[in-house]
Amino acid sequence: MAMQFYASPEQVQRDRSEYARKGIARGRSAVVLTYEGGILLVAENITTLRKISEIYDKIGFAAVGRYNEFENLRRAGVRMADLNGYSYDRRDVTGRGLANAYTQTLGAIFTETQKPYEVEICVAQVGSSPETDELYRITYDGSVMDEPGFMAMGGQAEAISNVLRERHDTAADLPAALALAAEALGSVGGENGATRQLTTKQLEVAVLDRRRKGRAFRRIAGAALSTLLEGGQDVPEKELGDVDAAPPSPATDKPTVSAASEEDAKDKPATSKAAEPKDPAEPADGVNGDGS
Amino acid sequence: MAMDFDPSGRLPAFFQNSGTSSFTQFLTQAAPEMLPGRRPLPPGMAADIAPHGTTIVAIATAEGVVMGGDRRATMGNLIASRDIEKVHPADSYSLIGIAGTAGIGIELMRLFQVELEHYEKIEGTMLSLDGKANRLAGMVRGNLGAAMQGLAVVPLFAGFDLTPSDPARVGRIFSFDVAGGLYEETGYDSIGSGSLFAKSALKKKYRPGISTDEAVRLAVEALYDAADDDTATGGPDLTRKIFPVVMSATANGTHRLSEQEITAVAEQVVSGRMENPGG
Repeated sequence: MAMQFYASPEQVQRDRSEYARKGIARGRSAVVLTYEGGILLVAENITTLRKISEIYDKIGFAAVGRYNEFENLRRAGVRMADLNGYSYDRRDVTGRGLANAYTQTLGAIFTETQKPYEVEICVAQVGSSPETDELYRITYDGSVMDEPGFMAMGGQAEAISNVLRERHDTAADLPAALALAAEALGSVGGENGATRQLTTKQLEVAVLDRRRKGRAFRRIAGAALSTLLEGGQDVPEKELGDVDAAPPSPATDKPTVSAASEEDAKDKPATSKAAEPKDPAEPADGVNGDGS
Repeated sequence: MAMDFDPSGRLPAFFQNSGTSSFTQFLTQAAPEMLPGRRPLPPGMAADIAPHGTTIVAIATAEGVVMGGDRRATMGNLIASRDIEKVHPADSYSLIGIAGTAGIGIELMRLFQVELEHYEKIEGTMLSLDGKANRLAGMVRGNLGAAMQGLAVVPLFAGFDLTPSDPARVGRIFSFDVAGGLYEETGYDSIGSGSLFAKSALKKKYRPGISTDEAVRLAVEALYDAADDDTATGGPDLTRKIFPVVMSATANGTHRLSEQEITAVAEQVVSGRMENPGG
């Protein structure tokens, strides 16, 4: 019979932690921060696979790490939220309840299984004012932290957090908040510590709009995102209002154009299926489907 | 709910299964008792134990669809409710109206709403309009047992098609039978006890490509005609200010006519009928 080597529980936990941390650090980062009009979620993401998504009316989800693992958690969260909302009432689905379920689940996985999940997730719930917003960071070992208005996850999260900590302002408007988020994400990962300028194609952006009734989550992509990113403060107020008021995307949520459809195929090489949203000129685009 | 008490506190495994994007499918594992059609019913007819909702009309327009429903629910010869709402948005671009046993109909409608939203969130994309209609047909079929005992519910489904095969037909209407049969209707349709009269009214007045505003007027006219000849359908209630629920689904999403808007239309219709009761 083979001799089992003794490993102390501490050693086992340390090894697992290290393994999970390494896995998370390999990936690109994400930031979540509150601003005057809601909560902004930004992830550096060049694929069409989403790191940010909607869980429920006021609740958003952002994650970094292994896709299959956080996607699994995301689905579980959507299922739990919809189940509770269906059996009780939509108002009874809370970010804290969800964060609790995640922390239990990740904690159990961390202690009971051979391989911990290599993920870090954020559950964000938008309130009526920045003070009532809730941001929960849940890490691979199931620990949960209530973050004060902003957070960064992923590789070099500490450095990104430092940028956010200095400049984060809950009274900032959307372009300012987005500029800060993009700058923070670009502050790491450059050659020899240089900063990077992130473009539309490298960013996945969504907001939880506190002024919207019903489902607050909307993605910002394509033309709207370029306007916000490039125009910055110089964008005419009116145009920004438009961007702000109308979700550019049911577009991302509508079945019209798939990655393989003609429109997409002709202006893009087959390899870059990057999260380019649907053609902004389409009529249904940028329109607020009033499902409430 | 059937969540086991796992001492670790983690979510039960079926929450994390990659399997299905369907909420009803998920409910069969998580909480089967919450699904309509899963409940054993004692034998016998039960048609008169619960309120019934009545007439719904839907009209395809140049911009999408318009759906309207009267506000009455009946129980035998009694009026169970004067202000029940039987037309609802199913999601951002589609509408559902229900006729038949009100309780089951409302449950079916809520479940369908969650079903669509759930799919949208899990998959990151909306179901096609045909996909939505098929899903609803399956859910109606699940209620067949109860329907045979008198607790039938039949929805009417209509929506704005984001990917129409024919650009001229962006508004589409689907009707169902109790066995879950799905039929796409051309132009207009109506369900419920007053549907015979509503459809006759629509047949005479409807023409393809009408505007949303005209369709709203037409829907209220048709409901008036239904109420005129069917006791179970309520007409505009001028004394209590209870008017039909009318909604539209267009490229701009769904919209329910505000109190003022529908009051204005209903008053026009009623004053028209003062001069010509036949419309």
